[in-house]
Amino acid sequence: MDFQVVVLAGGTSDSEKLSPLVSKDVPKALLPVANRPVLSYALDLLEASDLKDLIVVVEGQEAAQLVDAWVSSAYLDRLRVEVVVVSEDLGSAGALRAISKRLTANDILVVSGDLVTDVLPGAVAATHRRNGAAVTALLCSVPVSGPSDTASSSGKDKAKKPNRLNVVGLDRSKQFLLHIVSGTDVEKDVQVHKRKIQVVGRMEIRSDLMDAHLYAFKRTILQDVLEHKEAYRSIRLEVLPYLVRSQLRSAPSGGSGTAVDETGSSAVQSSGNLQCLSQHRVIASSAFKQNVLSRSSGGHRCCAYIATKSKYCHRLNSIQSYCDINRDVIGEASHLSGYSFSTQNNIIHPSSVLGSKTTIGPHCILAEGSQLGDKCSVKRSVIGRHCRIGSNVKIVNSVVMNHVVIEDGCHIQGSVVCNNVQLQERAVLKDCQVGAGYIVTAGSEHKAESLARKYSEL
Amino acid sequence: MTTSRARPTPGGPPRRQLHAQIPPHHPRAPQGAAAAGAHADDRVHAHVAGVCGVEEAFVFCCAHSHQVKEYLEKAGWAGKSGPGSMAVTAVESHDAISAGDALRVIYDRGVIHGDFVLISGDTVSNMSLKDALQEHMDRKKKDPLAVMTMVIKHSKPSILTHQTRLGNDEIVMAIDPETKELLYYEDRADNSHLYITIDKDVLTNNPTLQLHNDMEDCYIDICSPEVLSLFTDNFDYQHLRRHFVKGLLVDDIMGYKIYTHELRSGYAARIDNFRSYDTVSKDVIQRWTYPMVPDVISSRDCSESRLHRQGVYKASDVTLSSSAQIGANSVVGSATSIGDHCKVLNSVIGEGCKIGKNVLINGSFIWDNVIIEDGCKVSNSLVCDGVHLRAGAIVEPGCVLSFKVEVGKNVVVPAHSKVSLLPQPSNEDSDEELEYADTNSGITDSPPFSSMRSNGDQSTVPLEEDESGTSETGTCGVVGYVWTSVDTGIVEEWRQSIAPIPKEKLEELRHAVSDDDGSEDESNNPTLPDKDDSSDSVVEDDDHISKFEKEVEETFQRALGGGVNRDNLILEINGLRLAYSLQHADCAGAVFYSVMKSALVAAQSTNDTLLKTTADALGKWKDLVRNYTKTVDEEMEILLKFEEMCQETTKEFSLLFPKILPYLYDTEVVSEDAILRWAEEKEHADESDKVFVRQSEAFIKWLKEAEEEDDEEEE
Repeated sequence: MDFQVVVLAGGTSDSEKLSPLVSKDVPKALLPVANRPVLSYALDLLEASDLKDLIVVVEGQEAAQLVDAWVSSAYLDRLRVEVVVVSEDLGSAGALRAISKRLTANDILVVSGDLVTDVLPGAVAATHRRNGAAVTALLCSVPVSGPSDTASSSGKDKAKKPNRLNVVGLDRSKQFLLHIVSGTDVEKDVQVHKRKIQVVGRMEIRSDLMDAHLYAFKRTILQDVLEHKEAYRSIRLEVLPYLVRSQLRSAPSGGSGTAVDETGSSAVQSSGNLQCLSQHRVIASSAFKQNVLSRSSGGHRCCAYIATKSKYCHRLNSIQSYCDINRDVIGEASHLSGYSFSTQNNIIHPSSVLGSKTTIGPHCILAEGSQLGDKCSVKRSVIGRHCRIGSNVKIVNSVVMNHVVIEDGCHIQGSVVCNNVQLQERAVLKDCQVGAGYIVTAGSEHKAESLARKYSEL
Repeated sequence: MTTSRARPTPGGPPRRQLHAQIPPHHPRAPQGAAAAGAHADDRVHAHVAGVCGVEEAFVFCCAHSHQVKEYLEKAGWAGKSGPGSMAVTAVESHDAISAGDALRVIYDRGVIHGDFVLISGDTVSNMSLKDALQEHMDRKKKDPLAVMTMVIKHSKPSILTHQTRLGNDEIVMAIDPETKELLYYEDRADNSHLYITIDKDVLTNNPTLQLHNDMEDCYIDICSPEVLSLFTDNFDYQHLRRHFVKGLLVDDIMGYKIYTHELRSGYAARIDNFRSYDTVSKDVIQRWTYPMVPDVISSRDCSESRLHRQGVYKASDVTLSSSAQIGANSVVGSATSIGDHCKVLNSVIGEGCKIGKNVLINGSFIWDNVIIEDGCKVSNSLVCDGVHLRAGAIVEPGCVLSFKVEVGKNVVVPAHSKVSLLPQPSNEDSDEELEYADTNSGITDSPPFSSMRSNGDQSTVPLEEDESGTSETGTCGVVGYVWTSVDTGIVEEWRQSIAPIPKEKLEELRHAVSDDDGSEDESNNPTLPDKDDSSDSVVEDDDHISKFEKEVEETFQRALGGGVNRDNLILEINGLRLAYSLQHADCAGAVFYSVMKSALVAAQSTNDTLLKTTADALGKWKDLVRNYTKTVDEEMEILLKFEEMCQETTKEFSLLFPKILPYLYDTEVVSEDAILRWAEEKEHADESDKVFVRQSEAFIKWLKEAEEEDDEEEE
């Protein structure tokens, strides 16, 4: 397939939402999800769709080196990956603009590096091709976020929900994207342009879909927009809405003289066609639409690929989603992890050492070289490599990264513990995030806190 | 309007009642609509009786109630009762001015006790209400708050015509695709609102909703009895849709819900304007409304009408010349005679008409007892009972000729005229809120003849304004009053008339559709430049300038009163100029205008004093004016302004023009260059524009000679 893939992998500084998880040593793309860098999910998926020409765009030199090192070792001989550095804070559109010259294929697939999904990008690409679209966006159901078993956090989610209302307008065949208002800027009533409804007759407004940050673009159009709209920084918030808005626009006025003549003579006929077509609306729906849209000669089409509800689709862009994704990947969406689970529904690396009376529940991963003392209990958690965990430790619903030391009697619940953290005896963490290298003092209790080393200590 | 209800038969379906409304009197159809309504009414009833087991119907009538009753009587609806047939009762009220009022009257009379079907009397339908009724009942059992089920129907699919087909306003609905609950309804598509605004709460509660612009509202509603009490509680509800439906949708305290039922087979359409009258009539002829088709209905009336090839319906006793040609999809009523070489295409001709020779009737509706003499042409028009078209008359598309209007020999009735023997009622407020306005028994109650005369702007029709004209000849004109359309204005004329939509309108629509939104661009709520933007801005511009002139004049007046000294006056005028962002030249014109106006005010009528005061004023204010006449262009502006004033605003100056011009020259307000250039430019202008140049010819000649002399001297 003549597709070039751009993976926007972010950097180390990009999202404050993910501090303290992201650090200099661990750029966002390499955050472990079930002990694999998050980027590997996207790359594996692309590989599965036979999309092997990749440009991975990383913000910042150091992060790029780390990503490059990892990619070249992990995907040697599997993918042709080029890691490109762009400066930080360009935004997604800015990053694309920076690498615009490298884009040569007819169509460009843009994937966010933090996407964890089982929707095949190949399917999106194929839809894009089939419709001859200018842009095709992957839309998926808004995940029912928040762990269902902890009442507290699900309560939080309910409060959050209205904030990230995405409004999407689709045509009757649900293939064409007619209207999009993304996320946070919808605090008010929804406004839909009447003309659009007039053109299509019927528009389906959905607020239960989210933009998954996976787009197929026609290269010429993408480059055009990037070039002419220099202020655009975000694909989701600016480029895509712009394309959707402008899709019905007629040809630039310069050529209108001839354009009018053409449409003038063919117009009656084409409306005749429409009438016939609509008789077989179900079959011909896409043709129907194509007809409508192609009448405006300068127009282009914006399409949507809507993932079915059963598909998993989640972006790692907040602490909450990090926890959710980890939980899901070892839980209900375990097919994503690429591991084969044992009969107890968990994975315990053979090189790990368990003390007596220590139990590892289902939906857990225990990676190589980690040791647990006696009478420990691990439930629904991920434990990284070479962790040393003492006795009487309880770990529930948590992520423990690599080289973490947890002393006796610690309780960890709903937390994320980064690399090289030391938890001294009887430390209790609940809903906390502990940044790399932090030392939690003995006997301390933390609840819903973000713990990280101050810069002076670094 | 009419209401009726059926008695429950034992073991029969739940008691249902029908309430039919006939809008008595469409504001734009002098007398015609009532009769149209009656015909439609017939179909409603036939339909209701035929297919849905409604046992009792109430026909609510206000205006023309006797006509409606008479019709019911004649058609055998009234007073029938007995198993299997529908009883029709007429409910009369003369003070109901809206659907809301009608329903309140019905509530007060207590005739309806259960669920009922509310249908407007101008609806033509052959749909089976069974499914909709069943749906409504089932839903009500589950959710008592579901008080109404609205029947909607897919409109024709072409994007250009699906809304213009019936000439009604465009409807935008939002419907929940799962439950079919109606979430949003907007039926007045004024283009000033480019956006549809959907409340965010609606969206949070319904993650998926469908916005429809491709649905027609059939105006058939299945209602729970709560609807009546809602109307009584909210005594300001008038319009069924605009007030009641919207009110329910907005109100979330009571939580009443409205659902929709999409009609997939069957026919339903409402006739509330001429275009829908045309469309529905054609649908009837083409038998979409079976069994409500001419031959079936007529067989019931015992007057035979038979369907011939190509959809031609002819009564058995039609006198048809052998050389006359009846084209496809036409209806000719009984006892009508059609002369030699006539052509009738796509038209309906009523009973007892006399049509002469060589008449062309195309796409028109000719009602009963119409006389059309030789050589007339009628296209795409509605001609009511008893109209007389004398030989050679031509009725252009989109006309409506009301009862007994006479059109003289060889008269051309221009397109979209509406002519009635009655003067147009003067109450301009008959806006659509009062759609069912009670102008009860139109003839006696209509306002005095003096109150409204034909608007006379249809200059091609020499109108018989004289009342005596009604009885007399009319050989040279039209007997009747031309009605202006009350609320919509000419813009909407094409939309609602019988005439086909003009090509350019279709073109425009198409462009409107494709010519989207450069506008919608960056900002979130832009104002879309409309297609007629350019003309708008011109108007605005004129407005702008005249406002400016007014302000300058006021400022000047204050200066005259001594309030402002001269320097400040200049400052103020400059300030105004900046505020209105106009050119220096505009200022010159405005200031000059103010000065001259002041002279005019000071002068007492006669030309001599006017000349004198003008000279005084100019002498006094020449510095001020000269302040703005730095270039020849600005001086020209003054001359042009002066001309304009003479022609339009202050005609008093027109005779003095040649006398004032030299004075302007003397005071150096305008230079000779400017005058000569002005004269030069005017040379090629229209005669009417040259008046003042002519008047000042002598002076201009003198200027020219002086100039030549100057040149010679220099040499």
